[in-house]
Amino acid sequence: MSAGSTIGAAVAGRFGAYGGRYVPETLMAALEELEQAYALAQKDAAFQAELDNLLHHYCGRPTPLYFAKRLTGQLGGAKIYLKREDLLHTGAHKINNALGQGLLARRMGKQRIIAETGAGQHGVATATVCALLGLECVVYMGEEDMRRQELNVYRMRLLGAEVRGVSAGSATLKDAINEAMRDWVTNVRTTYYILGSALGAHPYPTMVRDFHRVISREARAQMLEQEGKLPTAIVACVGGGSNAIGAFYEFLPDAKVQLIGVEAGGRGTALGEHAARFQKVGGGLPGVLQGTYSYVLQNDAGQVSSTHSVSAGLDYASVGPEHAMLHDSGRATYVSCSDDAALKATVTLSRTEGILPALESAHAVAEAIRLAPTMAKTDVLMVNLSGRGDKDMGILARELQLEGASEVKA
Amino acid sequence: MSISFRTKPGIVAYLTAGDPDLSTTRDIALAAIDNGADVIELGVPFSDPLADGPVIQRASERAVARGVRLTDVLELAKQLRVARPAAGLVLFSYLNPVVRMGMGAFCARAAGVGADGVLLTDMIVEEAAEYLEAMKANGLAPIFLAAPTSPDARLKAIAGVSQGFVYAISRVGITGTQQKVAGDASELVTRLRRFTKLPIAVGFGISNAEHVKAVGGFADAAIIGSAIVALIEKTQPADAAAAVGQFIAELRA
Repeated sequence: MSAGSTIGAAVAGRFGAYGGRYVPETLMAALEELEQAYALAQKDAAFQAELDNLLHHYCGRPTPLYFAKRLTGQLGGAKIYLKREDLLHTGAHKINNALGQGLLARRMGKQRIIAETGAGQHGVATATVCALLGLECVVYMGEEDMRRQELNVYRMRLLGAEVRGVSAGSATLKDAINEAMRDWVTNVRTTYYILGSALGAHPYPTMVRDFHRVISREARAQMLEQEGKLPTAIVACVGGGSNAIGAFYEFLPDAKVQLIGVEAGGRGTALGEHAARFQKVGGGLPGVLQGTYSYVLQNDAGQVSSTHSVSAGLDYASVGPEHAMLHDSGRATYVSCSDDAALKATVTLSRTEGILPALESAHAVAEAIRLAPTMAKTDVLMVNLSGRGDKDMGILARELQLEGASEVKA
Repeated sequence: MSISFRTKPGIVAYLTAGDPDLSTTRDIALAAIDNGADVIELGVPFSDPLADGPVIQRASERAVARGVRLTDVLELAKQLRVARPAAGLVLFSYLNPVVRMGMGAFCARAAGVGADGVLLTDMIVEEAAEYLEAMKANGLAPIFLAAPTSPDARLKAIAGVSQGFVYAISRVGITGTQQKVAGDASELVTRLRRFTKLPIAVGFGISNAEHVKAVGGFADAAIIGSAIVALIEKTQPADAAAAVGQFIAELRA
């Protein structure tokens, strides 16, 4: 099953060689049911109308495309625009998908919702949608992530969700997904699993991407209206890759628009020190993790590697299969950004624009800060600002020594 | 050197290879065979065993931490084959270690060490074309899981590509012991029987003689996993083979 293999070519949900369905048989009937229900919902005008209505009145879409004038001036290169997903209800792009899948779950008659979460943004979005729709909600979260994203744990509990800590492995996103899948295998007859990134077995990568396509649909029209042309490049952070695929998707046919995914470079290039699956040396190799065939950080015996990132949302050993395809085809390029660069970018954006980005999104901001001065003033760089950074105040206070100090170290 | 069940119900014993260590797993497997296990399933430890309950998760974690690799499990299989030529031997793995080795290379090596069959936990029939081709080329039996949630069309496809036996999952859930055999199990075996003449083995939650007897009422073999792995966990390594041997013998009582 090397890259380029024809295995499973007859199965839907392939992105080139990647994607597919690699799950315990117990889940197959549920995945088939989900695939059919999603296909019907897509064709149902009433479903789409309810989703659009809630995206507008409840979540705050469309989100602004904001010209970052001071940051642009300071960097002295390309014009930088921010797609403000951080302004959405609950503070990140995650609500686009959680709402779509929540409505689908209700349509399917499922009363119990489970989800995994890394940074807690998908968990908060899911807990929010469950409160809105009156559904029971259980969120699995690695204990390490519960510690570093504590504020989001409180938010989920306040919203009525049960947060179940996962201590296995490195107690981060991957381990939370394992536990959510075990719950789903056990309760599959009554439970809907709202997977939070463009990962997992078909139809999840396609469905999650579709619910986030609205990002690039809006951005493309806004860019044409505000600049009269398409952007030179789009930059987005990539953990599982849901905000990035949403920001890229409608631009895929626009061959001149460069698409740049930013992975977590962590604190070094050795296996275990980062979450840069596409890194040339010490990066991932094609493999199967949690239902899909994609790049996986692993050792030479096929054991999945531990990862590190200052941002919980990017701290994951695999990546959505559509990104694997875009990587191999060269349509998108993937770079990485270190913990330190992301922290610095957080301070820079906060102080030039008064916008505090999530640490995940700060990885994309850091790449824009690096890239913009190398570009012409007529170029346009769009950053998908996928979330806001309030959840990260504990980490930022510690890392930037904000406590009791008069001056921020950055 | 094939998969067959001498008595009804037959016994399939699952072991997480390398827990507590490879030589102890070898001794345990030999004791299990000598006390009546028809087939040994050698579990390849994996970092992310998402279909397994806490007992096998812990065993897998211990073995991975010791650095046990797929190549070690193949070597262990070879030793078992040499020591017990007549026993059924199945390699049981999550996909990724196999993908990492290469499907063709894995199947060739599995056949080379004398394994009879392979079960890949997260391989479904729709994705299995390359796998089945490599298995066929090497004369190995592919064993697939059938679940209580699988509709008849899926059971038919599963039965159609399985060899050796079909693994019927006794209940909706992950591996682990339970109080009694779920009602799902006999219904699944009845549905599956319409599509295959292969032996049907029932696993997940089968943990004592009473369960084995119940399974014998409607299926060909019982698969015991977590109960054995839990026994190994709580026994000193030097005593583990004797303890598992006695446990298997008592299942037949």
